[in-house]
Amino acid sequence: MSPEIIHENTLYAEPIAHVGSFPITNAMLNSWLVLVIVIILAVALRRSLKKVPKGLQNGMEMIVEMFLDLFDSVTGSRKKSLEFAPFALAFFFFILLNNWSGIVPGVGSIGQIVSRDGARYFIPYFRGGTADLNTTLALATIGVVVSHIVGVIAVGWWNYLNKFINIKALLEIPKKVLKDPTILIVNPIKIFVGFIEIISELAKVASLSFRLFGNVFAGEVLLASMSAILAFGLPLPFLFLEILVGLIQALIFTMLTLTYLTINTTQEEH
Amino acid sequence: MDTVMLAKALAIGIGAIGPGIGIGLIGAKAMEAIGRNPEATGKILVPMLLIAAFAEAIAIYALVIAFSIK
Repeated sequence: MSPEIIHENTLYAEPIAHVGSFPITNAMLNSWLVLVIVIILAVALRRSLKKVPKGLQNGMEMIVEMFLDLFDSVTGSRKKSLEFAPFALAFFFFILLNNWSGIVPGVGSIGQIVSRDGARYFIPYFRGGTADLNTTLALATIGVVVSHIVGVIAVGWWNYLNKFINIKALLEIPKKVLKDPTILIVNPIKIFVGFIEIISELAKVASLSFRLFGNVFAGEVLLASMSAILAFGLPLPFLFLEILVGLIQALIFTMLTLTYLTINTTQEEH
Repeated sequence: MDTVMLAKALAIGIGAIGPGIGIGLIGAKAMEAIGRNPEATGKILVPMLLIAAFAEAIAIYALVIAFSIK
């Protein structure tokens, strides 16, 4: 066994414990912790709600107000913004705290040493939750699936199905072909566009999850390599950059999810 | 081992060209817009940052690929 301990930034989160055959990874532990913090914050705020806000409630009200204004520019109406705000803001706070948790001292630097294949590896107890593709993939899937459910509720399942598998356009051909022969060319194109829509739904999940994962993971690697060059002072500007990137990525994820929700609930006009 | 390092370097090197040009264009147009209408700075800044992050994400894809080449 070599005496040297190997530190490396792996692409995947590493298991730190097992419950039966179910591995508990460090990213998972971190996201549970963030979840607990978010829940405690929410419950504490809910308990002490007052007509005249003070302290924490004041700050949160300001943030929510700012977000509602931002959401209005996407959804187009305050009613819709209020409908989607709980869902979108839950995403925002969870992702934001997860992104920032990667910068907290101790995350990624406190851990255990594990012997594997004749070498000793350092495995941290915590790892930024969104620095694991599983977390971001789950978040993106939830976002896109909910946008479909909301779409079906708003538009009706028959209209919604025709967005992807365009049976309506197919049935239209024999009805209108005598009046308007161009329909023979237009409607098959519409049907084909429907199939492209299906692929674009998969692309949505892929791009959402990879964007968030890539940014956060690359940030962690950047910080690690900067600290390796010179541990004093040099990582500071990059830490600031990471705070900014964490905020912007959380915002982008939220806004994109909101855009999908809005697009799917809007009736297609003819 | 040599080709692996070369592959990593090429993946991020070539992958960064497009987003670099993209972010440059976004910044240039935003500056132009601010120059034309300085009062709109606040309105321009947030969409600019968002779109810059979109462009940056493409470079990040390349970076992830570069990391995953073994």
